[in-house]
Amino acid sequence: MAGIAFPTPDPRILARKSAIVAQLRALVADPEAVIDDPVELAPYETDAFTAYRRPPLAVVLPSSTAEVARVLAFLAREGVKVVPRGAGTSLSGGAIPLEDSVVVGVARMNRVLAIDPANRTARVQAGITNLAITEAVAEHGFFYAPDPSSQLACTLAGNIAMNSGGAHCLKYGVTTNNLLGVTLVLVDGTVVELGGEAFDPPGYDLVGLVCGSEGQLGIVTEAVVRILPRPEGARPVLLAFASSEAAGACVADIIGAGIVPVAIEFMDNPAIRICEAFSGAGYPTEAAALLIVEVEGSDAEIDAELARIVAIARRHGVTTIRESRSATETAQIWKGRKSAFGATGRVADYICMDGTIPTSRLPEVLRRIDEIVKGYGLRVANVFHAGDGNLHPLVLYDVNDPEQAAKAEAAGADILKLCVEVGGCLTGEHGVGIEKRDLMHHQFTRAELLQQAAVRRVFDPDEILNPGKVFPLDLRCAA
Amino acid sequence: MRFEPRSEDEAAALLRDLVRAPSPLRIEGGGTRTTIGRPIQTAATLSTRALAGVSLYEPAEMVVSVRTGTPVAELEALLAGKGQMLPFEPPDFRALLGSAGEPTVGGVVAGNLSGPRRIQAGACRDSLIGLRFVNGRGELLRAGGRVMKNVTGLDLVKLLCGSWGTLALLLEATFKVLPRPEASLTLCFAGLSDDEAVALMCAAMGTPFPPSAAAHLPAGAGGARARTLLRLEGFRDSVRYRAERLAASLAGHGAAERIEGQESAELWRAVRDVRPLVEPRERAIWRLSLPPRRGAETVARIRAERSCAVLYDWAGGLVWLATEERDDAGAAPIRAAAAAAGGHAMLVRASPELRARVPPFHPPSARVRALEAGIKKAFDPAGIFNPGLREAGI
Repeated sequence: MAGIAFPTPDPRILARKSAIVAQLRALVADPEAVIDDPVELAPYETDAFTAYRRPPLAVVLPSSTAEVARVLAFLAREGVKVVPRGAGTSLSGGAIPLEDSVVVGVARMNRVLAIDPANRTARVQAGITNLAITEAVAEHGFFYAPDPSSQLACTLAGNIAMNSGGAHCLKYGVTTNNLLGVTLVLVDGTVVELGGEAFDPPGYDLVGLVCGSEGQLGIVTEAVVRILPRPEGARPVLLAFASSEAAGACVADIIGAGIVPVAIEFMDNPAIRICEAFSGAGYPTEAAALLIVEVEGSDAEIDAELARIVAIARRHGVTTIRESRSATETAQIWKGRKSAFGATGRVADYICMDGTIPTSRLPEVLRRIDEIVKGYGLRVANVFHAGDGNLHPLVLYDVNDPEQAAKAEAAGADILKLCVEVGGCLTGEHGVGIEKRDLMHHQFTRAELLQQAAVRRVFDPDEILNPGKVFPLDLRCAA
Repeated sequence: MRFEPRSEDEAAALLRDLVRAPSPLRIEGGGTRTTIGRPIQTAATLSTRALAGVSLYEPAEMVVSVRTGTPVAELEALLAGKGQMLPFEPPDFRALLGSAGEPTVGGVVAGNLSGPRRIQAGACRDSLIGLRFVNGRGELLRAGGRVMKNVTGLDLVKLLCGSWGTLALLLEATFKVLPRPEASLTLCFAGLSDDEAVALMCAAMGTPFPPSAAAHLPAGAGGARARTLLRLEGFRDSVRYRAERLAASLAGHGAAERIEGQESAELWRAVRDVRPLVEPRERAIWRLSLPPRRGAETVARIRAERSCAVLYDWAGGLVWLATEERDDAGAAPIRAAAAAAGGHAMLVRASPELRARVPPFHPPSARVRALEAGIKKAFDPAGIFNPGLREAGI
């Protein structure tokens, strides 16, 4: 794939590489925190959107907010572009470098600074992994709610940049709903504290603005997150249906009945077959659609709520019901779903799309996705969060066949345009990055993009931070 | 002069006209909260009253879009008809501010106003997923949308929510809604000190049975004895079970009385609307947002300097404080105590003279203020929307 354009590197910056590296070394305590050896730079050339890669000038891994501030002030003064990086798990190319950029990674800043169970908050450095927050607060009986699939590796800094979601956000919200404050290093090296342990700070909601800004407003080095008491228990039920329409109608009726499960996951037949072949979770491979619905509470509460859900499913002609009664059964039911991306990777290469649609349009959209992908002579498997309409169609192709790769990219773009057409959006939780940058015109008018860009320039007038992402490259010249 | 556009296009055309010879504009919904903020003088007022009505309601998707001039009561009645509600329990400040009229959806969004359930279900800004608005260039724009998971582009929805009408004219708001709970029950602990009450509320919020609201009414705030209230909501059996478990885990704080039905609902409306502090009317009202466990100690610090009546919501994280207007209504000690605890204080009710002298909104740091001024300019370059309402120059 090579369809996405990168800004042309500035030869004057490239020519100054060794001087820039030397000066960076003088700004950080640990000389090994600056990487410029081509071999050591290789892991930083791309993120989880591996179809594109660019080696940066250098990588800096600061150990403190003060070091980040010194590094940013220096790079901004020199006019060197900065690409912020967490763990590099972005599926949209949000952390892919530019050749004339310096990558500033926060992965070394991974400590828990304070846990305050009485306030239900934790203050952490932003390079901590998502799962490590939950592990740190578990002894107090708490957890951190947003749970992206990459939670073992991805950092909070990246979650904040992309406003990441996860399987449980139907009940607990996404990152922005669980973030109370940030320490933000602005491009000129100024450090500002936004929000904090108290709710709803005065003034404009800058914490809300920074969350999901894809590293273009500053670098977040610390954050205050909301932590929640762990429920007594959680168990899923697996429901299979003979059609996607029946499964979709069942989801609508569950919500219509006043039930808000913690998760409603949907898999179509190709996804069921792929996951079953890989994991042996015992999924009914003849089913057209499968739902995994999880609820929380005491055993009695869970039983009561699952009974309501099963009763609704029966009205929609459910063909298989598997209610978990134990931790083992729960793990078994989730096993296939959780291995979906890995299992798919074994049968084919794929690109994972991330559009959101109004849930009432689900059956129609699934049918049209199938038509789009078949039209390109490819296959698709659908695995997604049905409660909130966040689709993850996996378009299967052969990475060694350039023609197929181009077709997969085109099919993906058509699917996202379809999401916008039915009233949804291009990305529900992965972010725009470079992947969806050129599709932004399909969701927003030019005036809307210019309004967003004007807000961005308040923070970064020279567009030093993560340039070439989110906003179409032609936006500025034509403005 | 008074403008009442009747459509989005009319509003945008009006703004484009006004921008040619920029003249400041006060934006008004139902006019029930116009005494919040710095007093401002404008040649004209733009009312959203004629921009009313529901444009989309999909109960099965838990999504509703309404024009901003729609009365909150109308929206809540519509949702109740389908067994749903706004999660954040928007407050009604008519009694507190001595105002008349109908609170509108636009006003609630402009102030990011949330009631007791904020502690469990999030603020107005957490339920708000989309906006249509006109900026200060007269451009009709959208932010967010109608789906609840959306990370496409900068989140201008958050920026506009709570901007008190200083960035744009809001035309339509889309919310994520929730099912109304089948049952609601309040556990009431009597006679606790402020310290004990805050400790109890924070402990309750950390159990696997967290209340949907936690408030403390000290003695004199609507009753002779202090009352600490924990509200549980959900399916009937579940609420009964959780109430038992919660009461048992908090048994060290004393026995709890159970309040249900109309009486419970009335009690929470009173907390939401700050009823116990409405009288005496000449007193200034402050709203302190704090880390919950610092609630009582912050009030004690303030009391060392001046007398006040208080009401705690959000498990101690929201303190409503009534005090006399003399000496700037205690702005210096109140703001110092709030800031020392990691929070902030807003002057919600005061005479126009005092609001002109004491910044009603907690002042930001110089660098943050510069960012805010830049954002104001990015939306409203001519400075026509509610100029100076939040802060001089913004």
